[in-house]
Amino acid sequence: MANINEKISKDQFEPAKFDASKSEQISKPSLNFWQDSWMRVKKNKGAIISLVLIAIIAIFALIGPSLSNFEYDKQNTSHANLPPRIPALENVEWLPFDGTRTLKNGNVVNVYEQKKIEEYYWFGTDGLGRDLFSRVWKGTQISLYIAFLAAFIDMVIGVAYGSISGYFGGRLDNIMQRIIEVLSGIPNLVIVILMILVLKPGIISITIALTITGWVSMARVVRAQVLKMKNQEFVLASRTLGASHAKIIFKHLIPNLAGVIIINTMFTIPNAIFFEAFLSFIGLGLQEPFASLGTLIDDGFRSMRAFPHLMFIPAIVMSVIMIAFNLVADGLRDALDPKMRD
Amino acid sequence: MVKYIGQRIFYMFITLFIIASVTFFLMKLIPGSPYANAAKLQPEQVEIMNEKYGLNKTVPEQYVIYISNLVKGDLGTSFQFGNQPVTDLLAARIGPSAQLGFQAMLFGSLIGILLGIVAALKQNTWVDYGSTFIAVIGKSIPSFVFAGLLQYYVGVKLGWFPVAFWKGPEYTVLPTIALSMFPIAIAARFMRTEMIDVLGSDYITLAKAKGANFFEIAFKHALRNALIPVITVLGPLAVGLMTGSLVIEKIFGIPGLGEQFVKSINVNDYSVIMGTTLLFSFLFIFIILVVDILYGIIDPRIRLAGGKK
Repeated sequence: MANINEKISKDQFEPAKFDASKSEQISKPSLNFWQDSWMRVKKNKGAIISLVLIAIIAIFALIGPSLSNFEYDKQNTSHANLPPRIPALENVEWLPFDGTRTLKNGNVVNVYEQKKIEEYYWFGTDGLGRDLFSRVWKGTQISLYIAFLAAFIDMVIGVAYGSISGYFGGRLDNIMQRIIEVLSGIPNLVIVILMILVLKPGIISITIALTITGWVSMARVVRAQVLKMKNQEFVLASRTLGASHAKIIFKHLIPNLAGVIIINTMFTIPNAIFFEAFLSFIGLGLQEPFASLGTLIDDGFRSMRAFPHLMFIPAIVMSVIMIAFNLVADGLRDALDPKMRD
Repeated sequence: MVKYIGQRIFYMFITLFIIASVTFFLMKLIPGSPYANAAKLQPEQVEIMNEKYGLNKTVPEQYVIYISNLVKGDLGTSFQFGNQPVTDLLAARIGPSAQLGFQAMLFGSLIGILLGIVAALKQNTWVDYGSTFIAVIGKSIPSFVFAGLLQYYVGVKLGWFPVAFWKGPEYTVLPTIALSMFPIAIAARFMRTEMIDVLGSDYITLAKAKGANFFEIAFKHALRNALIPVITVLGPLAVGLMTGSLVIEKIFGIPGLGEQFVKSINVNDYSVIMGTTLLFSFLFIFIILVVDILYGIIDPRIRLAGGKK
């Protein structure tokens, strides 16, 4: 209250001019649904960081195998079980990239010097002397490929099934819902395992096994939304104008469901990655020389005590992918459909 | 209510029947011999074995026999594990699995609910963020990664608990923790939202206006109402635990159902695979049914037939 005696001139109290023509003016640019959602996603730091992480991992999954000087399936038994060593970083003491390993009696030895190996294996090598760096990124590539493919197929089947069931209703809906009821009663764990037993493990068969029951949740969500929407005026208007059923579903209903569909797909991707790794663990994963994150972690488990890097590196990559996808999915759900927030 | 339960049980049996049939025919499609030493067997021996196990009959005949045995509770005999009846084989292994599952469920949901309550009461503080962080980690990272970390750090490096096998209570600690990360995450998230929801409702405001103290409000009024919907996540949780137990049992060498299942998958033991599949499916459907019914009984506001699902 220092300036209590300050003079305030009278002209500062002019009434504001009221212009009736401008009172309705919109000062901010109007945002469509996607711009609005993007604004909300941007506020979610976790989701943005995760998006960046996913992008980085995806880039590494694509180019990683060729960055390293060694091929992912080339065996070199004289270089077996080497610990990770990275140039420059090997001099940083607290990082595990110096090419040393602790023996059972507690001694720390530099395996590279011991074996007189000049090359640098960034993530070390496995029991057959294959470069873990290229194997990890090759594995990530395959895991992501399976996950995206499965999520895409789930989306196509789920959206088609759900929208048809919801839109036409009546007896068709009744029958389709009973089928879903029975299908969702079967634990997907059981279905996936049985399908792999029959089809023999491979990229395509794992994807098929994942999609057999995977689409059910998408179909349910889409059906519920279509049921809500099909009685609204824009559908009635379009029908009155003579639009066909197919056109109403594809042009009017599905675009309005985009948010729900994206959210659901984002949740299926980490789920698919998990199931693929899970299958590797129970002995139904991809066969050599292919690698996925699941098979790499499984292999790493067997020599965990002696060579922990074989398990930790793929496990870390997988964990980062899973956390990132979950955070992005959560962020998208909050942004695209605030009502679905749990 | 009775009609609803009856309907659900009817569907349960239909589903089980379909699972049994699908499993049977899929098993018939699997290439490879079910006998342990198939390569060394003479054709005559294979014939005798086929006769003994009823594999020389046509597939439809085998199917009828299989289903009628199933109705009597007979799951067939194992090809690989000493010709034991599958029922005996599985019965001997239910104990460890049930104990592990129960411990993980109890530990997981207790810790999870506690975390959720604390997070809701201390909303937007570091306690809340910490609990959310644990929930995200627990939900995202697969249980086998936790199992590996626990084995390596707590089992091998620190040596606090045995790394594997199932010989006493101390052996159950690591697998229980590894398996309960998922329930902790789910329960914590769910509990937090429910609790926040309830804390904002009118009767809490009334209790505050009456001058009830903080603990009375939190535990007497809010918690009791917030706990009801948590029952709904118990079903998915139990299913998640079943999936997790397969790998956890394998990793820790626990003689349970999951470990048996993985073993029989690797040696092509049809009858054990079929038996375990059916048992898992039955448990799965049964748990979901019980949870749905419980929910209807505990909270009369939920009308079963016209529910959200």
